[in-house]
Amino acid sequence: MPYVPHTPEDIRRMLDVIGAPSVASLFDEIGPEMRPKSFDLPEGKSEMDVLAHMEALAGKNACGQVSFLGAGFYDHHIPAAVDALSMRSEFYTAYTPYQPEASQGTLQAIFEYQTAVTRLTGLPYANASVYDGGTALFEAAMMAVRHTGRRKLVVCEAVSPIYRVMLGSYTSNLHLELVTIPHKNGVCDLAALTAALDADTAAVLVQNPNFFGTLSDFSALFEAARAAGVVSVISVYPVLQSLLKSPGEMGADVAVAEGQSLGLPLSFGGPYLGIMTCNKALVRQMPGRMVGRTVDGEGRTGYVLTLQAREQHIRRQKATSNICSNQALCALRALMHLCLLGQEGLTRTAETCVERAHYAAERLTAIDGVTLLSGSAPFGNEFAITLPVNAFLAIDKLTARGLVPGFPLGRYYAGLENALLVACTEKTSMEQIGIFAEMLRGTLK
Amino acid sequence: MNTVFKKSTPGREGVWPVKPGKSAAELLPAGLLRGKSADLPSLSELDVVRHFTQLSKRNYGVDGNFYPLGSCTMKYNPKFTETVAAMPGFTRLHPVLPQLKGAGRLCQGALEVMYETERLLCELCGMKAFTLHPMAGAHGELTGVMIIAAYHKDKGNKKTKIIVPDSAHGTNPASAHIAGFEVVNLPSKDGIVDPEELAKVLDDDVAGMMMTCPNTLGLFEKNLPKIVEMLRSVDALLYYDGANLNAIMGKMRVGDAGFDVVHLNLHKTFATPHGGGGPGSGPVGVSEKLVPYLPVSRVEKLEDGQFYLNYDFPKSIGYVAPFYGNFGVVLKAYAYILRLGGTGLTRATENAVLAANYLRKRLDKVLEVPFDRVCMHEFVASACNLSECHVRALDIAKALLDKGYHAPTIYFPLIVKEALMFEPTETESLDTLDQFADDLIAILAEAQKDPAFVTGAPRTLPVSRLDETRAARNMELTDDL
Repeated sequence: MPYVPHTPEDIRRMLDVIGAPSVASLFDEIGPEMRPKSFDLPEGKSEMDVLAHMEALAGKNACGQVSFLGAGFYDHHIPAAVDALSMRSEFYTAYTPYQPEASQGTLQAIFEYQTAVTRLTGLPYANASVYDGGTALFEAAMMAVRHTGRRKLVVCEAVSPIYRVMLGSYTSNLHLELVTIPHKNGVCDLAALTAALDADTAAVLVQNPNFFGTLSDFSALFEAARAAGVVSVISVYPVLQSLLKSPGEMGADVAVAEGQSLGLPLSFGGPYLGIMTCNKALVRQMPGRMVGRTVDGEGRTGYVLTLQAREQHIRRQKATSNICSNQALCALRALMHLCLLGQEGLTRTAETCVERAHYAAERLTAIDGVTLLSGSAPFGNEFAITLPVNAFLAIDKLTARGLVPGFPLGRYYAGLENALLVACTEKTSMEQIGIFAEMLRGTLK
Repeated sequence: MNTVFKKSTPGREGVWPVKPGKSAAELLPAGLLRGKSADLPSLSELDVVRHFTQLSKRNYGVDGNFYPLGSCTMKYNPKFTETVAAMPGFTRLHPVLPQLKGAGRLCQGALEVMYETERLLCELCGMKAFTLHPMAGAHGELTGVMIIAAYHKDKGNKKTKIIVPDSAHGTNPASAHIAGFEVVNLPSKDGIVDPEELAKVLDDDVAGMMMTCPNTLGLFEKNLPKIVEMLRSVDALLYYDGANLNAIMGKMRVGDAGFDVVHLNLHKTFATPHGGGGPGSGPVGVSEKLVPYLPVSRVEKLEDGQFYLNYDFPKSIGYVAPFYGNFGVVLKAYAYILRLGGTGLTRATENAVLAANYLRKRLDKVLEVPFDRVCMHEFVASACNLSECHVRALDIAKALLDKGYHAPTIYFPLIVKEALMFEPTETESLDTLDQFADDLIAILAEAQKDPAFVTGAPRTLPVSRLDETRAARNMELTDDL
């Protein structure tokens, strides 16, 4: 039997020691009324046959197309060393570092990850990560609710709708009020957001770049929030964070991010990485694992899970969150990715993404009837264009020809049925952008 | 060992892309750019490779060390599943593809994997439908309890409480609380749930009860049929925490036994690597009456054999994940299930239970085993008998590290003092189990002669016992604090 080493002789010896007549007798407490009514699973297969089956399934996915899909999830180059190093089994076959002396590799790596992400966001504290960027945003909102004792969340409509629907589901049983402030042509409405803050507001939630790709400076909003006792929460895109004014510089209290763009493949939606950082006042409200530096009896530096009095295994229902694990391997890959690229490499990557996106916007808006949804608002690696036709239609036509032109904003925003969200990364070539523009022009004729 | 940031040398070239034609200052308004650099390290590729290779050597993992960490099912992770998850046909798939009109045909293979995995899990557990969206066990719990809440809300039931036995994982009460319920703690009797105790707390306000079966003591909940009957009498739902599913595959199906909701831990039962603490995957299965409340989207199959995502479930709890869960983890579990088949999974369970009972019998003369009867896939011992020589479970754990073993789970479940929870799994050979038992027996003998031998452990690792109080007080969570 695969992966079970016991020979019939081993099994006999073990049963003798146990004093049981048979393996079946070990299950005697499971009464007949609890036994399976059916167990119609296939017979096992050889490794070779399973691999062939999986190859065939992988082959049913078309991955050869040129893609301008983003919507918060981007196809970046991952240095080969990230795969090689993260596949060291000392990392990936370990578990949560409950025994710190035998887990210094994992613990120091998480400590370094925490350092790297705080440097990106400019806020001093981080946890060891949560499942994904959407969960991070929800957990940040809950930090604010606990910290302020207030129950209203003011959310910018330009925050990823993928995350806003998660927020809606998660908060549905918690008696929280979600107030959504409409965007203006894909730009955050800072005045309306500021006006919505009141004495009942726990947090204001924004995103930079926002779902439409446009950029804002939220400093004034965050200052107003501070004056009103409201916690400022911002979701960011870590690659662009090498260039953009940091959440810390803007005065945010909590900054979260989807870390997929740091060394994780798209992989059809996961596993991803929820990055969470915060200022000192909120650190004890953080969910999940955190690693801290300390010393052993001989004064040697070491790392441990810390501030565990927040956590479920001690506090049970009074814990800050039910989350008990982190995305350790994903966090490790993100750290490796950041170290391999370094400051210069990440900056170059971000600049290339923005440069390509700006070129693409120029080429696409040169087509008759195609305009930028957000006009002259600044944008990073992604932007929305308005087409003279329904965006779904354009996507359907171009996808059939091997090019996925972007994301249809009408899927989440009523009235934007003609709007298409287009993303570029450093992997997008100028030539591909040219082909896209020509294909779109042909389609719209 | 220095942090990677201390090894940085400004100007040293890493894996740099080609320099772009324009700088940030030329591309974006100055007011949107950061003033202070993020100050990521500058290192050569070899610097980075060596740093992380050296870090990896400061870790125990299943491949190098027996890892009998109770409740975590640290079985061997077959290598071929990594090959599967790394296939470009899967890794390159953008998650929004199937949401685009006409693009669902570009990811039929991935949708088929999800559909088939759900069907296999349904048959394995006797449930009507599964969702793969929850991204970890605790996330599955939250999803499951949200489904329970949605069910009662839809029926107009005013239910406010969830019962959780005292032997449960801490995530159970935390998940119930986050889903908006009041948690009622249920004391165990003789290690299991006692119907008489349950009767004392069961009333019309109870929305459901979360059970782990076998429970965290490794004991089968033999009063289950009675418990099911009692809960049904007040229209309360029964939740199965799948942490210990490795004990019952092929022997019991949770649906047949009367459970309404179940979450599984693919990283435990289905051998996907634990990754140092994640990523996991926590699919949730439900009985027929709860199908309408499952999260969206749901993968479905058309008559022509095409797969698509259906979002049209008005009673759904909504979205618990950005997409379809940790697909990369699901792939590995799917491949593992196909490799073992129904017979292989049943054998895995049988041998896991056999190994746990063998180890229990090898150790029950030297350690107290509070409930010393046939256990399932794990058992809990207590180091209480060593208290007169001032040796604690923690000390035993540390001494095991010196012998090259990961320690068992300690101080859990909370209802056993000085608990040591052993789960050997089906993949460890008899030689390993014997050597481990011999070494542990030797440690216990030495501890009685010379307590300092264990209270001073570990001595052979990069660090000895660490000052956790100092860590919590100083809150040095980054290199910059």
